[in-house]
Amino acid sequence: MIFARRVLAIAWKDLVAEWRDRESITAMCFFAFLVLFLFNFALGGDQALIRGASSGLLWLAFAFTAVLGLARSIQGELANDCLDGLLLYPAEREAIFLGKLCSSFSVILLVELFSFPIFAVLYNMDIWSQFPKLLLITVPATLGFATAGTLLATMTVGLRAREAMLPFLLFPLTIPLLLSAVRGTEVVLRGEAFELAMPWLKLMAAFDVLFLVGSLLTFELLIEE
Amino acid sequence: MARSDGAEGLSGVTPAVEINGLVKWYGAHPALRGVDLCVSPGEILALFGPNGAGKSTLLRILAGLVRPTAGSVQVSGFEVGPHSDKVRRVIGVLAHGHQLYETLTGRENLLFAATMLGLDRPAKRAAEVLGKVGLEAAAGVLVRTFSSGMKRRLALAKLMLREPRVMLLDEPFTNLDLQATKLLEEFLMTSKAAGVTTLLATHDLTMGLAIADRMAVLQEGRVVFDAKRDEASRESLRALFSIHGELWGGE
Repeated sequence: MIFARRVLAIAWKDLVAEWRDRESITAMCFFAFLVLFLFNFALGGDQALIRGASSGLLWLAFAFTAVLGLARSIQGELANDCLDGLLLYPAEREAIFLGKLCSSFSVILLVELFSFPIFAVLYNMDIWSQFPKLLLITVPATLGFATAGTLLATMTVGLRAREAMLPFLLFPLTIPLLLSAVRGTEVVLRGEAFELAMPWLKLMAAFDVLFLVGSLLTFELLIEE
Repeated sequence: MARSDGAEGLSGVTPAVEINGLVKWYGAHPALRGVDLCVSPGEILALFGPNGAGKSTLLRILAGLVRPTAGSVQVSGFEVGPHSDKVRRVIGVLAHGHQLYETLTGRENLLFAATMLGLDRPAKRAAEVLGKVGLEAAAGVLVRTFSSGMKRRLALAKLMLREPRVMLLDEPFTNLDLQATKLLEEFLMTSKAAGVTTLLATHDLTMGLAIADRMAVLQEGRVVFDAKRDEASRESLRALFSIHGELWGGE
């Protein structure tokens, strides 16, 4: 019970801070819009090309914006030595990880939900009839990306070049997840049978489980000096 | 110069803090070069020394935030490192950085701390300590609007939330006004009466000597002076002031 309260307290603290500052979320939403807009502009009016590339472009925007949020989640704790303060509580390290994961996941998912209508308008896509299926792909992909990102943001927080190192490590590591998300989204956007997305969904689920368990086992080693 | 390990006459009593041969290197720079200290339960040890002497590093190692290069450290009988989780349950830290979230209010900071500490009725505990440090009126205000002194008071309130057996205080008198200094002094004395051990690193020689039972001076990562206040001879105090004067530019 205390464990769950600690997880919720960390997530609540991060989300309240984000709501009051709106620093990350504003930058992330703006960045997502910019990426989607620029790609739309670059592809011109070729509808066939747009439809072919749309799922990849959508996940490119999601991945880039997610990195902004993930970096801030742990790096924000460096101000006023708050990270030390957090580590000094007699709290399980797993609770700290899960709390951070919950807040990062929520913020990233919120930005993705903001990006969907922009994507639908700019790329002239009817996503709303397929929206529940789209969420079935988006949620596990975002969870996996947030899990790997939270772990790597922790690993790099002590480095001077932490802001450069996070995407440098995160993108190669999440290639299987991002490819699965792109393929799964492609199936949904083309209106094909959802069974075709199942192998990608299973791959994402395996990635999520692997990284969640791995993160919980290694977080204590990574967060301490 | 006197040298005391503080454990004399305490056979059978577990020292609150026991440090043996502590060495810490940051890359090629030695921060601690073999520190041995033993602090008895209920004792207040003031650590003096110039910037870069290793005071903060010593406290950070005791808190389990930094791993030592060599040597061993025990807090309340638990070895820091293998049993850092147990050490965290018995220590209270007032760090140089205030460790407060500026986007939360004073009350929210304390509620968060109380929840993380696993305290029962966190709201009641938060209200109690806010009253003790005289911040009830500012409880609902965001910490980013607080003055430095108010932030120190709130950090002190956060420390008061827990009931530690060992307190590690890094420059606790910085940015405190007279009233808050008196409050901290009272808190230290009440804690001492309850058997709480305190290690405080400070540049404030007057406050340190007024509060501490024992004083130690760190210089270039070594303990160069260590004496109990009551047992310190006029000569040893003169030596302390002479080291102090030399190290702090004769202030």
